[in-house]
Amino acid sequence: MKNPVYLKDVVTLQLDENQCTGCGMCLDVCPHEVFKMNRRHVVIQNRDACMECGACSLNCPAKAISVQSGVGCANAVINAMRGYNNGECCCGSDTGIAKTNNTGRCC
Amino acid sequence: MHKLELPVIQNQSNSCCGIVAAESENTLPDLNQSFVSGSIDTPVGRLPQVSSTLNREDYWGSIKARWAVGRMEYKIDPGIYALGTPDNHSTVFVSANYKMSFDRLRSSLCGRSGWILALDTKGINVWCAAGKGTFGTEELIRRIELSGLKNIVSHRKLILPQLGAPGVAAHTVAKFSGFNVQYGPIRAEDLPAYLDAGMKATGQMRTMTFQLKERAVLIPIELVEAAKIFLILAAAFFFVSGISGPAGFWVNAISFGLFAVSALLGAIIGGAILNPLLLPFLPGRAFSIKGFSIGIIIALILLYFRGIDLSVWPGRIESVAWLLIIPAISAYLAMNFTGCSTYTSLSGVKREMRWALPAEIACGVTGVVMWLGAVLIS
Repeated sequence: MKNPVYLKDVVTLQLDENQCTGCGMCLDVCPHEVFKMNRRHVVIQNRDACMECGACSLNCPAKAISVQSGVGCANAVINAMRGYNNGECCCGSDTGIAKTNNTGRCC
Repeated sequence: MHKLELPVIQNQSNSCCGIVAAESENTLPDLNQSFVSGSIDTPVGRLPQVSSTLNREDYWGSIKARWAVGRMEYKIDPGIYALGTPDNHSTVFVSANYKMSFDRLRSSLCGRSGWILALDTKGINVWCAAGKGTFGTEELIRRIELSGLKNIVSHRKLILPQLGAPGVAAHTVAKFSGFNVQYGPIRAEDLPAYLDAGMKATGQMRTMTFQLKERAVLIPIELVEAAKIFLILAAAFFFVSGISGPAGFWVNAISFGLFAVSALLGAIIGGAILNPLLLPFLPGRAFSIKGFSIGIIIALILLYFRGIDLSVWPGRIESVAWLLIIPAISAYLAMNFTGCSTYTSLSGVKREMRWALPAEIACGVTGVVMWLGAVLIS
C-alpha cells in the first residue's frame, strides 16, 4: 500500500537547484522518496511526503537544501509549551532532568 | 547551525606491545554484560564478543521495553563489539546503545562477522537519537577515536543505518575522522541483501513504511501512558457521580459512574488501540480528526447500550456530554500518536495542534460541565 501523507503544503523544505551538484546523497538518506534525479541535479518530486527529519540538508555537501528540521511529535510540542523535559517527547532527556515526565511517546 | 567541536583525543600512540593509553582503556565496553558471549583480543585490548542469536533474556527485555518496563535504562555500554569472529578487514556497523537497536542489528546479521560500534545515545533508538543529535556527527567522531577503531580495522568505511542520517553529516565525519560513511538500509533485516548486492540499497530499502505490524507494536506503550490518565479520571468521575446524583452514593456511582468508567475506557481504546490499527483507513489527514471520528462512533455505540431516556433533559444533556468527552479524549490520544508515526513533520504537527488542541480542550471541558449538570438535575 502507498504510504500515507500528512498535511498538505506545510513543509519547510527548500532546494536550490543551482547549488546542487547532483551527488545524490539526499536520495540515499531521504526515507520518503521526496527527491528524484533529473539529469544534472535533483528535484523535489513529492514535497508533501517530507517529514522534515533534516537528513538531506545535513548530508548535502553543497548546502543546497534547507529545512526547518524537527520531530513531528505532538507530545514534544506540548512539552515545549509547558517548558519541561527540554521540549522533548519521549525518548528521554539528555540532561536527565524531569525524568518522570519522560512518557512513552514517539519511538 | 550545526556546531562541531573537535573531540579531545587522548594520546594513543604510546605503545609497546599494544598497550594503549589508560583513558581509552576505560572506554572499552564491559565484558560482563549479560548478552556478551566471549571476548576477542585486538590491538586496543580485549573486546566483548556477541553472537547473532538472541537468547530468552534478550527477547524478554524487548517485550518489557515495549510495555515501558525499564525502557529508559535498556542500554548497553557504548563502544566496539565483535560480532562473530571479525578481523581487520571486516565491516563496521554503527548502531545506538539502546539494547533493542543493538539486538536488531546483530540478529539480522546471522552467520556473518563484523564490528559493531555502539554510539552513546543514552539508551535511545537510532532514529529518535538522530533527531536530537545524540546519534550525531560529534558523537560518531568522538567514539571512533575513543574506541581506537583505526587500530582495529585497516579500512576506513562505516555502515550507518539510514535513519541515523538526520543526526550525522557524512562529509563532516569523513573530513575529521577519515572514515567514509555509507548509509545502509532503513531496516536491519535488509542488511544481508544490501551487503550481498555490494552495498547497494533498493528504493524499497530506503523507504520508511508504517504498516500494520509496525503500528501494532507501538500500542502497548500508548496504553501504558493512557492508563495513567484513565485511572485518575475514572476515580474522579466515579466519586463525583456518587456525591452528586439524586440517590445514595453507591446507587449514583453505579448509575452514572460505571458508565463514565466504561466511556473513558472506550475513549482510550479508540485513541490508543483502534487509531494505530486503523490509521490509514480513518478519515482525514490530521490525526486528531481520525481520533475524533473513532470517538464519535464509540460514543454512539456506548450510548446505544446505555439506553438513556432521551425524552427528558438530563438524558439529552448527558448524551451530548459523552458525545463531546469521548471524541475529545480519543482525538487527543490520536494526536499524540504523531510522535510514533513515521511520516508526520514538525510543521504539520504544529499546524494541526493550533486548532486541534484548543478544540479538544473545549470539547472536553464543555462535556464535563454538561455531564455534571445532567447528574445534578436528574
